[in-house]
Amino acid sequence: MIAYIIRRLLFLPLVVTGVSMLIFSLLMMMSPFSRLAVYITDPSALKQGPQELDEMVEALGLNDPAWIQYGRWMKEILHGNFGWSESARQPVLRAIRTLLPASAELSLYAAFPVIFLGIWLGKISAVHQNTLVDHVSRVTAIIGWSFPTFVFGILSLLVFYSILGWFPPGRLSLAASRIVQSDAFARYTGMHTVDALLNGNFYVFFDALRHLAAPVITLAYVSWAMILRLMRSSMLETLRQDYVVTARSKGLSERIVINKHAKRNALLPVTTVAGLMVAGLLNGVVVVETVFNFRGLGAFAASAAVQLDMPSILGFSLFNGVLLVVTNLVVDIMYAFFDPRVRLE
Amino acid sequence: MWVLKQLLTRPLSAVGFLLLFAFVVVAVIAPWIAPAQYANNPYRIPRDGYWAEPKPPSAEHILGTSEGQYDIFYGVVWGTRTAFRVGIIVTLSACLIGMTIGSIAAYYGGIVDEILMRIVDIFYTLPFLVAAMVLTVVLGRSLGNSMIALTSFTWMGYARVLRSEILRIKELDYSQAARSIGAGNFRILLRHIIPNALYPVFVMVSMNIGSMVIAVSTLSFLGLGAEVGYADWGQMISLARNWMLGGGGDATKYWFTVVCPGLPIILFVLAWNLVGDALRDVLDPRMRGSR
Repeated sequence: MIAYIIRRLLFLPLVVTGVSMLIFSLLMMMSPFSRLAVYITDPSALKQGPQELDEMVEALGLNDPAWIQYGRWMKEILHGNFGWSESARQPVLRAIRTLLPASAELSLYAAFPVIFLGIWLGKISAVHQNTLVDHVSRVTAIIGWSFPTFVFGILSLLVFYSILGWFPPGRLSLAASRIVQSDAFARYTGMHTVDALLNGNFYVFFDALRHLAAPVITLAYVSWAMILRLMRSSMLETLRQDYVVTARSKGLSERIVINKHAKRNALLPVTTVAGLMVAGLLNGVVVVETVFNFRGLGAFAASAAVQLDMPSILGFSLFNGVLLVVTNLVVDIMYAFFDPRVRLE
Repeated sequence: MWVLKQLLTRPLSAVGFLLLFAFVVVAVIAPWIAPAQYANNPYRIPRDGYWAEPKPPSAEHILGTSEGQYDIFYGVVWGTRTAFRVGIIVTLSACLIGMTIGSIAAYYGGIVDEILMRIVDIFYTLPFLVAAMVLTVVLGRSLGNSMIALTSFTWMGYARVLRSEILRIKELDYSQAARSIGAGNFRILLRHIIPNALYPVFVMVSMNIGSMVIAVSTLSFLGLGAEVGYADWGQMISLARNWMLGGGGDATKYWFTVVCPGLPIILFVLAWNLVGDALRDVLDPRMRGSR
């Protein structure tokens, strides 16, 4: 088991290097002058003559062979210098560190309904197969899956903000953000709901929750369909197994048969997908944060991509790569932990 | 044919097929129900002036006009053709690329397989939407380039699925039997293995067509796909960005700018999802074996 974990951890730098090389090569497809624009802080510098632009390109080493530029960038990364983000106007690492709690908060709040509602409804759908409950939850799930995230987000904004006035866009109201930015408010995690509770400030807590509601609903609705379908099919298969028949024939109550015997085994494939989904929420977060003007990592990545802010794009991709590989590893370990058959392989 | 009969008798998949059929009809009769104003480019939505504020549905514009007075009905009708083009081309290209790589990996095995699968892993680790956005901007913002970008980051699923199917079928009795009567590797692959490995690929293709339409409309919404005024559903919702929350105290004043292009996207993707879902149920290995 330990050997398995170590072997997987050794793969981590390889995969992350591969990811960085891929994105780097994508960006190297642009001309040095296009890439130059990313490093200039003063826009008027771009209006200089061709000779000055050439000098700037040389000074920044943008004409060197790709592998030299890559090596230079990798060396900086290993020293903890991820470069300067033009789109966020701060060092990339600091931007990621500052914006991560916002996206983490959003993803974690969304993960709960996705996983628990998906599992619970999947179980019920399987147990009451082909009844009204089954059909309704399947149809709702498949409709949810067919919604583009941004359309659902816009409709949520329309209904919950424009019409009802309940859940505004953004992370905090002006008054609450003043409180958060003041010296009296201690910031522990960067997640406003958690910090507000730790500071005992319920005004900020409820304000943050109000702003989280619509993005969380949007993020969750489009994703829980997958968990529901998987849990349903996994549960259906488990209920057909011999040991379930045995349990029933022993005279155990239906509730114990389902919850104690069937559900635990049905959860195995769901664990894998749930873990991957949490990491995959990072992708969904890009659109949701853009639509709701929620300043997090997703919105940062989107604006960096559109502006071709190379250091930011590379930094975000690296971060995403590490997160996914680690999540994969954790999920595989959990799977091995829950299913002894995998451990013995 | 048995598959088709199964698909048409299940209620949900019949609904899916019906919806798809309706979309095909709309796409085919587009030139008659929404005559093109620009003969050399029918995908350019006609404009009725340059006024910014969208106008509600009227006798002249059945679904109203969007910002810049683009006729929404025209955009929705010709957008159906765009959706089919985009969905099918991106999915089939990704499928072909993925299947080629998956077959090569499974056929040669060994170090070739290891390298190809590690490349697949690396592509999987990329943040899909961000990578597609980056490639689109690098290549230049257009519908064609966004399709190339999406194809580049969706082929992996097909590679993995085909590879594992080939490896599974290789060990089955009929493959061994073919080999024992002297059939060469290539013949076994083409005539026996790949035709039987295709079932999960069919399911993936039908589910992915919907996802690709969503992805392209997301890119268009973010301003990275089709250019302004092109008949693409996502692009039309992008035109609604300034008006989606209403105005003058009435939140639903410009509902048509979001709902009219948004509903076709949802129904189109729903149709493909229903069909793909039913295909998955029908082609389940347990049922395959009982035929």
